[in-house]
Amino acid sequence: MTIPGTPDTASIKAEKREQVIEIASLRKGFGSEDVLTDVSLKVYAGENLVVLGKSGSGKSVLIKCIVRLLEPDEGKITVLGEDVITLDRNRLSELRKKIGFLFQSSALYDSMTVKQNLEFPLRRIKRDLNQKQIGEKVGEVLENVGLSDALNKMPSQLSGGMRKRISLARTLIVDPMIMLYDEPTTGLDPVTSDEISILINDVQKKYKTSSVIITHDIECARTTANRIIMLLNGEVYKEGKTADFEESDDPVIKSFFK
Amino acid sequence: MKILAPVIKVKEIAKDRTIRLVDKTIERTVKAGNFLTEIADGFLFMTRVTKETFSRHFEFREFLRQCYQIGYKTLPLISVTGIIIGLVLTIQTRPALLSFGAVGLLPGMVAISLIREMGPVITALICAGKIGSGMGAELGSMRVTEQIDAMEVSSTNPIKFLVVTRVLAATIMVPILVLYADALGILGSWAGANIKGDVSLVLFFSQAFGQIGFIDFLPALVKTFFFGAIIGFVGCYKGYTAGRGTESVGIAANSAVVLSSLLVIIVDLIAVQITDML
Repeated sequence: MTIPGTPDTASIKAEKREQVIEIASLRKGFGSEDVLTDVSLKVYAGENLVVLGKSGSGKSVLIKCIVRLLEPDEGKITVLGEDVITLDRNRLSELRKKIGFLFQSSALYDSMTVKQNLEFPLRRIKRDLNQKQIGEKVGEVLENVGLSDALNKMPSQLSGGMRKRISLARTLIVDPMIMLYDEPTTGLDPVTSDEISILINDVQKKYKTSSVIITHDIECARTTANRIIMLLNGEVYKEGKTADFEESDDPVIKSFFK
Repeated sequence: MKILAPVIKVKEIAKDRTIRLVDKTIERTVKAGNFLTEIADGFLFMTRVTKETFSRHFEFREFLRQCYQIGYKTLPLISVTGIIIGLVLTIQTRPALLSFGAVGLLPGMVAISLIREMGPVITALICAGKIGSGMGAELGSMRVTEQIDAMEVSSTNPIKFLVVTRVLAATIMVPILVLYADALGILGSWAGANIKGDVSLVLFFSQAFGQIGFIDFLPALVKTFFFGAIIGFVGCYKGYTAGRGTESVGIAANSAVVLSSLLVIIVDLIAVQITDML
């Protein structure tokens, strides 16, 4: 039995050491400037890994490399046993079906209603579903994010928090095994940020996902993290449990965990 | 030392000038390189779009939506422009023909100039402004707000969904809009002829179409397919490859209009040369 709004640790213990993502010596630069110089990390099944760091530390670049929205310059990325960098377009597309990505800007399709936004990935990934099944699935995910009444609204009619929830629902609708969150609480008020953080934990429990959460919001990290990795100057600066960071005397870490 | 001062000064000036010359040469080389890279990128994009056009799972619903957006929503603008072109052409030409006693040639002359040149080019330029800028701005803002990335990570091919449908819709709808503009242009011409004369609609149209041959109609129609493809392709390319900032949306829309208008004129020139050889 887990407490609502806290990350699920039981499933991690049960499936301990089963890696879903492994990144080794990742380097990525833009022009002559290296954003990531040498990043290595592992994500285990069922855990919420929070990647902390200052703005411009390469956090978003890191998760975009995981789904190959950006091509790494060097290093190796293995997701669910597949070497992401060497995959051809078709196999990459198959792998991406198992990964959900919550964008910083929510990235809802402006020209579509909430319903159409949710149906869009479902119709393309699960082609065998009929209209009734699609409708049921849309209703289910909307209920899970607490927005059942937003079905026929346009994205422009939604608040920032609602957009994040709908965006989350759109990624959950295809039952991903891995969730990547890019700054899920950025631009939201503290109350809505807390609601999103709790929702991330609920998603982890209900859908048994493994998650990478990119953030510089300490409250979000405290609420969601099973484990934290801090990036500094393009490298992993520290890795550990939330308590390790809270108790650290390192001035760099202290500047985050005041 | 005093004697050597002018020599040193001349040397310094020469050094400065050499540095400036080298800097300018590098800058121009980089610019030329960027231009060639842009052309190469354009060709690669075109290859990918062509490949995706003939691959499985055509996005038919989105294609129909784009046909509606491009065709139906451009109709009012094309209607007004078509009528005015015919009207103005007639009002401007009538006095000259009248002085030669050749007013009877007016319907045929206007119809030929409309069908062969004015209708296709002016309609295409209007479409480049309306459709091309719309595509550039829409796809550009989708790029900036990560909607294209979201499509890609949800295993949807954005080239197939966003680009192929738009390019095909423009390729099909622009010729239809041109035919519509031609017909309204001739109608406008009849209205213009009736300002200072009295010609029946049936007589005007029979005189107009009596002068038009297959060779006037077919090459003009064929080139409009190319105009449509150019407008769709350039609009999508500029939008799809837009930068990350909001400023790039405006740049994408603007450059889509400029480049597609320029290419329409160039293709028209080539088409006229080819038609001339026939």
